[in-house]
Amino acid sequence: MIRTLKIIKHQGKQFIPDLQQVNLPDIHTGKPLIAEYPCKADCAVCRELCPTQAISIQPVTIDMGRCVFCRECTVCSEKIISFSNEYKIASNDPELLKVTAGTENINFNSDFIRKEIQHFFGGSLKLRLVSDGSCNGCELELNAADNVNFDMSRYGVEFVASPRHADGLVVTGALVENSIRALELTYEAIPAPKILIALGACAISGGIFQNSKTLNCSLFEKHKPDLYIPGCPPHPLTIINGILTLIGKSK
Amino acid sequence: MSYKLIENNSAIPLQQIPVLDYNDFYKETSVLLKNEYCHCVNYYAIPESGGLKFICCIADDKARNILVASFVRNNDETSDIESLTSRHYCMHIFEREIHEKYGIAFSGHPWLKPVRFPFDRKDANSDLGNYPFYDIKSHELHEVGVGPIHAGIIEPGHFRFICTGEKVLHLEIHLGFQHRGVEQLMLQKNSLLQKTILAESIVGDTVVGHNTAFVQAMEALGEVSMPQNTKIARTIASELERIAMHTADLSALCTDVAYQLGSSVLQGLRTIIINTFMIWCGNRFARKLIRCGYEPYPLNPELINIIKQNLDKFEKRYIEMVDKMFDMPSVLARFDQTGSVSKEQNLMIGAVGMAARTAGIERDIRQSHPYSYYNEISHEPVILEDGDVKARAKLRDIEIRQSLKYIREMLAKYDQESVTLKTKPETINLKPDMFVISLTEGWRGEICHSAITGNDGSLIHYKIKDPSLHNWMALALAVRNNDISDFPVCNKSFNLSYCGYDL
Repeated sequence: MIRTLKIIKHQGKQFIPDLQQVNLPDIHTGKPLIAEYPCKADCAVCRELCPTQAISIQPVTIDMGRCVFCRECTVCSEKIISFSNEYKIASNDPELLKVTAGTENINFNSDFIRKEIQHFFGGSLKLRLVSDGSCNGCELELNAADNVNFDMSRYGVEFVASPRHADGLVVTGALVENSIRALELTYEAIPAPKILIALGACAISGGIFQNSKTLNCSLFEKHKPDLYIPGCPPHPLTIINGILTLIGKSK
Repeated sequence: MSYKLIENNSAIPLQQIPVLDYNDFYKETSVLLKNEYCHCVNYYAIPESGGLKFICCIADDKARNILVASFVRNNDETSDIESLTSRHYCMHIFEREIHEKYGIAFSGHPWLKPVRFPFDRKDANSDLGNYPFYDIKSHELHEVGVGPIHAGIIEPGHFRFICTGEKVLHLEIHLGFQHRGVEQLMLQKNSLLQKTILAESIVGDTVVGHNTAFVQAMEALGEVSMPQNTKIARTIASELERIAMHTADLSALCTDVAYQLGSSVLQGLRTIIINTFMIWCGNRFARKLIRCGYEPYPLNPELINIIKQNLDKFEKRYIEMVDKMFDMPSVLARFDQTGSVSKEQNLMIGAVGMAARTAGIERDIRQSHPYSYYNEISHEPVILEDGDVKARAKLRDIEIRQSLKYIREMLAKYDQESVTLKTKPETINLKPDMFVISLTEGWRGEICHSAITGNDGSLIHYKIKDPSLHNWMALALAVRNNDISDFPVCNKSFNLSYCGYDL
């Protein structure tokens, strides 16, 4: 008994009090920053380097939906691209994930927000996860989002076992042919109204698995996701803040 | 003996691999596999003009080398190949893989069932919906199907139990749902950076293990040798990853036996370790940390200090927690003699890594085929005898303590004065017509990457083997004669990879 009490005492308070005001270390690779000054003409070093074709030039733009945050593009001698530690980078509009010079915050597109989402799920949101061609990285971060440090369930956001108990589906992975049937069945089993979340670079764009012959993205062609959470894998704070904004709970 | 001897991470010209006649190949392989210290690390086929070339790599853990041999089969040969599996069951998964991809019939193989339903499988009619499960005729038995989608934040896979009452008689594991075509993509992707990022994404919980295997293979093919410091840094990363994942597994084991305190404290402790990676390289899973031919994030005095402080912080609370956990009767009652796999069974199925070491088999690449800085550490593998859930939990505990010791030793050896290769090399030219094999010991067990270059120095074949390829069978054996309610804790005690198996 005394040993248990000691452990509890040494454990102390593990939870982060305010998940919307955390400062991650500067080295955390968050939202890209694009310099305001023009880039060298006829130079496409960053675009050629990018392993997932996330960069387009003139003007330099990084699509975070494709980006795996490898920082390789920062080698450019012109120092056009750098990365901030900003972790609030989820959006409901894939177009708003494209960062260019002058992009300050990653916003939500108010035209795309369905009224029923905040009405029904603002107080409580139960989610079901399906990984479909993932590497287990996003799954680990999703698990971490509900651990003693991040404790996402304090906001009423929880993962449930059955799609019948869920209000929405979170998809990780590049969406592969071999589990598309299971994914569709799960989506169909969730009662309406339901939300759909694409989590991680693979789910949003295929990530490093783009052009694999095993992909089948038909679910996202039929149903547009309500939230895109970029990252490889996304930090738990990116996940939590994205979901809170979607359900109207962020301050 | 016609097999060619090579060392871990050494590249040899492809034509130096002896090509045997199948009968000789069969005899010699059979003799090798009878030796307890030899196990097959990879056996695969590659298409050649007019036929297939089969390459077999066997690791000799005592002599500390790898034996390689091959045989060729022309397309016009239609006869069956006599199966090695009929005598050495540990070869079953390799022959199944070759059968699935190229349609080669192995006579005498007990179950040439599909492995992962790859997109380029030979039999297009073979489909995830019609996997040939063993069925039952008895009225006293019943079947329980679980998955592919499981109740939790976990990857997909299907488990089919045959039970009598609550007892499991047989478990069949049907995977393939995560198949992303990684091996093919490795050839498709042009730049070395793309390939490296792909290697980091083979198994997202073993980023360091798989990426080190890939990077070492490329460095061997490109004849690049890395300075001592880089080797130390990679080894530190590998041990940190081991601590992080072992801690996560101990936490999950506590969850499965309803020991809430252990679950919560260990979760928080894992955060300390993965946040150490965050401060080191900006990613909690050590992505970006390891690159071919250079060290993008060299350690500096400040970082070394942070790592040391984090280890101290971790160790104090970890020891207190885990000592208590292994004293809890309620935990031990669930762990002890649950899901036992014997030494004979583990040898038979060719188990590697943790599963093998908990059943008295000394299989640890860090000791038998050392790479990076493991040569200098003189690593002593942790060997336990019981092969049950308790042993698998205990092994993790001992390995964590061992890793803490190793990291501290290495941090002291890291020479802060010496020059590090911080800048990226312009290009790494791979030598043409070469073969390389790279083994690492990830936290689950042995990882094997094997690459072949063509005459222009580009990769023409890439083969990846995750420890889970062997060890899923250990899980199937572990649950036999156990209550089906103990399946979750047995499964967690192995914590095998779905994506590493499905590729």
